[in-house]
Parts: sequence; C-alpha cells; structure tokens
Amino acid sequence: MGVLLEVNDLVTRFHTQEGIVYAVNGVSYTLNEGETLGIVGESGSGKSVHALSMLGLIPMPPGKIERGIVNFQGRDLLKLSKEEMRLVRGAEIAMIFQDPMTSLNPVLTVGTQLTEGLKLHLGMNQAQADRRATELLDMVGIPDARKRLANYPHQFSGGMRQRVMIAIGLSCNPKLLIADEPTTALDVTIQAQIIELVKKLRDELKMAMIWITHDLGVVAGISDSVQVMYAGRIVERGPIRAVFQNPRSAYTLGLLNSLPRVDAQGDGERLTQIEGSPPDMRIEPVGDSFAPRNPLYRTERCFTEIPPLRQVEDSVPGHMVAAWYDLPALRKKHEMEKA
Amino acid sequence: MEAKVATSSQETKQQREVILSVRGLKKYFPITSGIVIQRQVGAVKAVDSVDFDVYKGETLGLVGESGCGKSTTGRTVLQLYRPTAGSVMFEGQELTTLRGDDLRAIRRRMQIIFQDPFASLNPRMTVGNIVSEPLIIHNVMSKKDRRQFVEELLVKVGLNPFYINRYPHEFSGGQRQRIGIARALALNPSFIVADEPISALDVSIQAQVVNLLEDLQKELNLTYLFIAHDLSMVRHICDRVAVMYLGKIVELGPTNLVYDNPLHPYTQSLLSAVPVPDPSVEEKRQRIILGGDVPSPANPPKGCNFNTRCPVAMDYCYREPDPELVEMEPGHFVACHRVTV
Repeated sequence: MGVLLEVNDLVTRFHTQEGIVYAVNGVSYTLNEGETLGIVGESGSGKSVHALSMLGLIPMPPGKIERGIVNFQGRDLLKLSKEEMRLVRGAEIAMIFQDPMTSLNPVLTVGTQLTEGLKLHLGMNQAQADRRATELLDMVGIPDARKRLANYPHQFSGGMRQRVMIAIGLSCNPKLLIADEPTTALDVTIQAQIIELVKKLRDELKMAMIWITHDLGVVAGISDSVQVMYAGRIVERGPIRAVFQNPRSAYTLGLLNSLPRVDAQGDGERLTQIEGSPPDMRIEPVGDSFAPRNPLYRTERCFTEIPPLRQVEDSVPGHMVAAWYDLPALRKKHEMEKA
Repeated sequence: MEAKVATSSQETKQQREVILSVRGLKKYFPITSGIVIQRQVGAVKAVDSVDFDVYKGETLGLVGESGCGKSTTGRTVLQLYRPTAGSVMFEGQELTTLRGDDLRAIRRRMQIIFQDPFASLNPRMTVGNIVSEPLIIHNVMSKKDRRQFVEELLVKVGLNPFYINRYPHEFSGGQRQRIGIARALALNPSFIVADEPISALDVSIQAQVVNLLEDLQKELNLTYLFIAHDLSMVRHICDRVAVMYLGKIVELGPTNLVYDNPLHPYTQSLLSAVPVPDPSVEEKRQRIILGGDVPSPANPPKGCNFNTRCPVAMDYCYREPDPELVEMEPGHFVACHRVTV
C-alpha cells in the first residue's frame, strides 16, 4: 500500500483581536491508500482546523498557515493556487461536515447540489449528471431517488440529509474522504445507519478516510488507526488496538478511563475524571500542554520542553507517542505502591 | 392499569418513598392554521400518556432519541409547560391544579439544570447575581446572609468563591454548568430535573460534572430525573431508566435489568447502536440497525407507535391499539405486544 497523504509540521494560527490563537502546532503524519484514520480530540484540539487547513478552507485572514507541507500524491496542497485547489477539492479529496443542516444550501434542490460537482469535475452534461445523481442517492439508501432530486434540503430528515452529503462527497470517486464529526448531530440509531453505510461504501470504493470525532466508541468501530490530538498537537497515534489496549499518553488513558461502558455493569464507583480544563489556545505552548492536568505521570521536563512524537519502543510499528514519561512503567509503579 | 404501574411487587415490599408520581401525563402542542383567525388543525403529541414514579433519593433516567418527548416530559413535570391532561403528584401535592403563589412555593422544592450552559445563563449578570436570584425571588434570606451563602454554594460545586463578581463568558463550558448547578441548589430543593446536563460538554469534562452531581446527591439527599441520550452515562448514573419513543414510555426498569435484558425491540436496537470504546468488542458486535426515521409526533402511526421501524412486528402490531406497560419481572415494565402477548 502506497502513501496517499503526508502531512509535515503543519502550523495554523489565527491572528485575532484578542491575540494569536495557536490552533495547530506542528502536526505530522502519513496516511496510506485505503487506510481509515480516526482523529480524536476535544473542541479546540485542532482536529478540524488541521483538516480545513489542508484543503485551503481556513478563512484568511484571520487564519494563517504558518508553515508545513501537505503532500497529496506528489503535490504540496499548500502551494496550489486557488483554482488548482478547487480541482482537488471534491474531485480527489472530499469532505463531509458535522451539520448537514447548514452545509447544504437551503435554496437549491438536492439535485442541483449533487450535479454541480459532477459537471465541474467530471465534465458531464445535465442528463448524464442527473443519471449519476440518481445512482448516487440510490447508493446511499435514499428511497425513490429520482423524485427526491427535485426536493430541497428541508424536505429531508437529519439522517437523510447526511446521506445526501455523503452522496455529494462520493460523487467524483475521491481518493480520500474527510468526515468531520459526521454523526455527532444525529441520534444513535441514525448514527449506526450512517456508520454502516460509510463502511460499506469505503470498502466498495477502496478509498482512504479521515474520520474526525470526539467519540472514542465510534473510532473503535470504524478505523484502522487512531490519532489523539490535544492542544493542536498529536499526542498519540497508532493502530487502533495498540492504542486502545495499551495507551502510552496520559491523555488517552485519562479519556478511556473516564468513559462509562454501555456493555458492562458499573461497579458503582465514581468515574475517573481528568482534572482541570482544556488549555487556553491563546498562549503559545512551551511544553506538554497536558502536563497541568496530569499530576500522576508528569515530569519536570513536561513543563519546559515540547515532547516530540516518537515510536514506542516496545509496541507495534507505527504506535507513536509524544510524552516525556514512560506510562506503562509508571502505572506499574503506582499499582505496586498501592498494593 | 394505573395501580399496576404505580406499585410494583418488589418495591411495595421495600416501602420506598415516592417523591414524584406521574399519571397519564399528556402534553399536546397545537398546530394552528390561518393568519387572522387561528384554528387548530392538529396537535403535536409530544408527551402522550406517560406514567412513572420517582423514589426519594434515586436517579431515574429518561432516555430516547431527539423528539421522543423526554425534555417535554421533564418540563411538564415541573409545570414549566402546563400539561394537556394527567396528574403530577410531588411530595403529596397535585401540581397540575396549583396556581400563583402556591405553585411558586412548591417550585423551591424542584429545580432544573439545562443542557446548554451557554444559553441558560444571562450574560449580563454576574455569577453572584445568577446564583442568588432564586433567593431573591423566593425571599428566603437577608441580603447580608446571601453573599456568604452564595460563596459557600460556589465552593460546593467546585468553583472558586473569588469568581463571584465575574460574568459567564469568563468561564469554560464545564464551569458554566457548575454555575447552573449552584443556581439549582440555591433553594435547597429535594428534586432536580437534569435536562441533558453533560451533552454540551467536552469528553474530559463530562466525568467531572457527573461526579459532582453524584457527590451532591449523596450529600444533600437529592432525587434526580436525569434526561439524556448518552446511554453509557445513563447506565453509570441511574438507578432506574425509562426509555421513551414517540411520546410514550416503552420500557421502564432497574438500569441493569434493562441494559442486560432489554425486552422492547426499540431498547434492544438502541443499546446495540451505542458505540463501545473497545476495538475488539466493536469488531464482534451485532448491531440491530433500524430502518427509517422516527415518525412525526403530529401524525403517529396506527397501531403500535413503533411498528414503522420494528424489526419483529407482526400483523397484530398494526391492528391492535398501542400497547400498555406491563410488568414482566419485578420492577421491569415493557409496552410491546410481541413481549406481552
């Protein structure tokens, strides 16, 4: 499997009236063809902004991509002109957003919005585009597809609208689909429908996918690898099982421990909470941004030096962590002390 | 039927004190037509005949998808919406007929925490004013005592009392929710409706707020009606859970019974749809994927409410009227023809 996308030291900042917001602070990773990568993080972790930066969708100003390389199939996306970028977006990389209510244009029919990309990127005429649009709606499970093309977004339910968004995203057979919290606004039974649908389509079309979410459960079910972000930086990355079963970042561990499980009886104990709140992104990070909330495992160095993302020595290849401490060793030590 | 719902065999034995008793509660919102002369052309049956009890000191979860009527139920119980029909007995008093001062007096005993900590706090009031407003309205404390009391409340919910003169925008989402909790606690209520109190918060903050709610419950002997759509969190925090679909309770019982042995096909599919943060579990999981969307509560289906999406519906589910709750094991009720016939 070849490398599809290579992001190198991406830095995005917003120059606002209240000062600089350090949104993305050096993000580097590679994505293979056909790989599904889950990106997990809280609001303000930079997970969405980094994706928008790659696609040139950051409002500039106030946003500014300070540095970085986004190598997609041999081209640096950040160096493309607006016109060239427009030909990449939608055709080679498609993006679906969280809120299908606001990301569809309310005054255009679904058919118009679906055929726009087909005509622009694939050079189809109206009749061809209409035929293809019907196929696409059919593919995402919208009944009576041909008639529905004439409908406006408000005539669809939330789940159906997200299906329309997916159909638009997939219309030009992209190599990469970036989904930014696509199921967060949906109910859990509808979320299950959408996830099943996307998994099926991904396997059929053999595309790579970046699935951005805050829900560790969704990531566990859909991705091959997972990347945990905090304060604009990747704190852990690796194959899904390695990260979930043996997390090396205190933040990943904290998140996993704080979640109650639907499939297991609780022990009636308090949840293990992460203390404090996410950092103020207007302050330039000087160390491990999670250190103030990490009393158990942090070291002196965590406050002064930014830990680089490095391969975990005793784990599978590709399992990387950005931390100055050795989490498993410290956890073992704590357990021994308790006993 | 009413008596059967009111007392389940095991619970009568234990003689648990019922703090809130809801019977046949309905809330219909009118759909009107016409500009000059408004006529009612239909009704959104947001809550359509709901029965349940809440016991003193417990947490009852109310779960369901958006539009199922769980928030409306919470608000109608508190008389923030006046019900279309039904009865709400709270601490021995019938709330639905109370008006004016009598209603205001009982409101001290029952409070609400809202979902959105950004919209539910007045941006032009300081934290001190927000938290002391209920004290002023109900005239329970002299101005002198108020400040100290508010500071104590802020400490209780984990905020620095030094923040008393700050405005809501200076706080994070989790801190704002703590302010909302302090406001709800100001009048020393016995019963709190928590309407999705954590769904707007970041993952790492949710556990903090849930722990706080649990600590306060123990300390102050509070009773919660916990409205949520996060089924994992409901399993953690609730003693009993009621599952709502299209304005009705379809299953009700002790949390572990409902989660380990869901009887209603809707509960089964709902629980199977919740993602589990464990790749090895997710890989093996069998999901019951429901087709379609929730029907409009203005126009519910004929027969059983769930028959448009039910994977196991039989022809009598379309013919017979909507099923009533029946007790299948001690304290565990279900409303489904397939289970009860």
